[in-house]
Amino acid sequence: MFSLRPRRWMQACVVCLLAVVMLGADPSARFNKVGHEMICTCGCGQILLECNHVGCPVSPVMIGELHTLMDAGGSNTSIMNWFAAKYGATVLAAPIRGGFDNVAWIAPLAVFLLATVGVGFLIRRWTLRSGRRVAASAVGPGVGGDAMRERIRRETEY
Amino acid sequence: MRLHPMPEFGSFALLLALALSVYTLVMGGVALWHSRGATAGADGAAGRLGETARRAGISSFIALSCAAFALVWASFTNDYSVSYILHHTNRALNTAYKFSALWSGQEGSLLLWAWLLSAYGFVLRMRHKVDVRLTAFASTILAGIQVFFLMLLNFAAPPFAIQPGPVATDGFGLNPLLQYPEMVIHPPMLYLGYVGFSVPFAFALGALMMRYPGEKWIHITRRWTMVTWLFLTCGIFLGAHWAYSVLGWGGYWGWDPVENASLMPWLTGTAFLHSVMMQEKRGMMKSWNVWLIFSTFLLTILGTLLTRSGIVSSVHAFASSNIGDWFYGFILIVFAVCLFTFFKQKDHLKSENRLESLVSRESSFLFNNLILLAACFTVLWGTLFPVLSEYVQGTKVTMGAPFYNRVNLPIGLFLLFLTGIGPLLAWRSTSLRSIRRNFILPSIAMGVALVVLLIVGVRPWEAGDDWQGTLFSLVTFTLAAGVITAITAEFLRGASVVRTQTGKSLPASTVLLVRRNTRRYGGYIVHFGIVVMFIGIAGGAFNQSHEQEMGFGDTLTLGQYRLVCQSFTQDSKPEFDTEYALLDVYRGQKKLLQLAPEKRIYFPNTDHAQPSTMVALHSTLASDLYVIYEGRDPDSDKPIIKAFLNPLMNWIWIGVLIVVAGTFLALVPNMTRAPVRLAVVEPRLVEAEAHHV
Repeated sequence: MFSLRPRRWMQACVVCLLAVVMLGADPSARFNKVGHEMICTCGCGQILLECNHVGCPVSPVMIGELHTLMDAGGSNTSIMNWFAAKYGATVLAAPIRGGFDNVAWIAPLAVFLLATVGVGFLIRRWTLRSGRRVAASAVGPGVGGDAMRERIRRETEY
Repeated sequence: MRLHPMPEFGSFALLLALALSVYTLVMGGVALWHSRGATAGADGAAGRLGETARRAGISSFIALSCAAFALVWASFTNDYSVSYILHHTNRALNTAYKFSALWSGQEGSLLLWAWLLSAYGFVLRMRHKVDVRLTAFASTILAGIQVFFLMLLNFAAPPFAIQPGPVATDGFGLNPLLQYPEMVIHPPMLYLGYVGFSVPFAFALGALMMRYPGEKWIHITRRWTMVTWLFLTCGIFLGAHWAYSVLGWGGYWGWDPVENASLMPWLTGTAFLHSVMMQEKRGMMKSWNVWLIFSTFLLTILGTLLTRSGIVSSVHAFASSNIGDWFYGFILIVFAVCLFTFFKQKDHLKSENRLESLVSRESSFLFNNLILLAACFTVLWGTLFPVLSEYVQGTKVTMGAPFYNRVNLPIGLFLLFLTGIGPLLAWRSTSLRSIRRNFILPSIAMGVALVVLLIVGVRPWEAGDDWQGTLFSLVTFTLAAGVITAITAEFLRGASVVRTQTGKSLPASTVLLVRRNTRRYGGYIVHFGIVVMFIGIAGGAFNQSHEQEMGFGDTLTLGQYRLVCQSFTQDSKPEFDTEYALLDVYRGQKKLLQLAPEKRIYFPNTDHAQPSTMVALHSTLASDLYVIYEGRDPDSDKPIIKAFLNPLMNWIWIGVLIVVAGTFLALVPNMTRAPVRLAVVEPRLVEAEAHHV
């Protein structure tokens, strides 16, 4: 029971945070956010709320539908699913339907993490080797002063 | 049969340029083969053959200049027998835009590409005495690239193709979106950047092929790479500024595939500029650097493939054509040559030194490269994912701003962090004492900035659905305070050492310090410019917009501004029909100015009528008031006005100017040789040297 306390505290904190965020949610900000998650399907390729074509036949209709769905109390996800079902997946400005769409998000993160681990491994291998080399050279003959100075100057110029 | 002297002259010049480039490639290659083993320029028959190849390369520039001249001449003389001129110009077009017609379509822009490549080659071949043999290798490789573009121009996308049938009396005109002063400068700048990366690529490949001893080739190509990087930077931001001023959607970067195509080589090129210092100073990362410059070049070609083959849809893309296959072939050949050369000469690329500590300048460069390449991968992935999705799922998806912003913002923040701490770390190893000494001021600055920002109201938890943007801004502003303090402290620390040595005043010491090591302090100024740009980008989290119908006397309030409609009208001009509104702008009770947002319809009453937005802009250091005329409500007949308040926009453009200034400074040779310490007793002094030399 005692061991669960920190977990309870964390849960309570999350609930409070969500409450603060949700209670502070402004309907116009939500409309703005969802409207910026979709693309106008007239072919201009612009974000729905940024489509500025004179007499665009599509964006006013879509914006009207967005207003209606928001007034009806739909969640952001359900609204976007509705648009994806009606206009096709390209209406969403980013792939969020799950399944293979998740690969779009996971791949950059995975590559970044792998590369970070790779660089970390490389640095560790180099520093270990370098440590051994320094230890070996410490017992060897001394390096010529001029050559050493020139090397230091070259290596530290920038 | 009609005669077309100028187009025929242009076509002949293109064919001649191709022949000369083939000669440079083949005979240059033969001469290098026969003189293999020689370290300097070859003598005897091989040397003479190599010299003829060099001169043929120079002549190809003259031939391509004639071809470019012929196309511009055709544009100026309204020669609508040429299909390209017919489709991209008309009689009403003013002189500057008639000139810019050279790059406003597929064939012309390929001609510009080939001409710029030959111009770079011309300079390189004229300066061959810098290193005769290495230049001969680079010249031959450049000729290979040029042969590809000239084959395209001669056989796949000829700019002098004759329009069948009777000659039209007027042309179709230039896309109105391109009729803007920046569009006269932006494409050549971008192309200078794209094409310019061919030169460091040719030098790197050539140096690897000939097993060039030492790192002199990096010294030779340093200025080429920096100038190229500068052109690409200017090209990208001129494009962003054009998009902001012309497209009328309130933003400057839409993550369109064409924009992405320019950003990718910029990211790898930036990584190369940093990591090449490790090779120059410490003989490390040789294989990595070679692949960075190979990748940068390949990305410039891939970007061209993406935008010209129609495999990804873009609002900028040139019409889909059959030249995609040519680019696939070329990329494969280049990649195969790079791979073969790399594996053949791999033993030549062994590092002379190893990394000695995790906390060092070298490891900061490694992480910097990691971040830049991660950003590049994200952009490439986002650009290609729709194609992959269609292949796997059978449906295309859109990869728009929400994807790139979410993935790239954390990467960008990490890069900003490294921009600050990287220069504070010493080469080889940094001691704890040095870290304490160098990091204390930036840390205090960040703490103070964070507190002040929270007090003035930058609080993510109060931003509702926009909390991510506000959090990003808070972190950016805080990090920016730290980085700016770190850069300033570096200048002051160095200047105080110079002041102690020379007894001069602090400003004079700072100038002397910068003159002694322009590369280092130019680099710091570039970093400062990047930080200023980040501040401007972070301001985007606080953008506001409002749209409403505005009849006579109606008021629209946005932030501190109040817009009052004075009138609205429509007019007809020879080139376009126009509608506009006159809006008085007030701050408080004070009238500041009058704005006139306008909507133009070019080629009215034709089947290719095209609307164009003329943005009305009131720009200050704090924010931009950006007003567009969206059209008229058909019911009320009142104009619909949309106004944006974009905070800190000018900081982005100012940041770019600082980056340009810093790069120019870094290109200037040191006026005084950096002082050399006479004795190094302990490693600690080496570290001190790293900060003050």
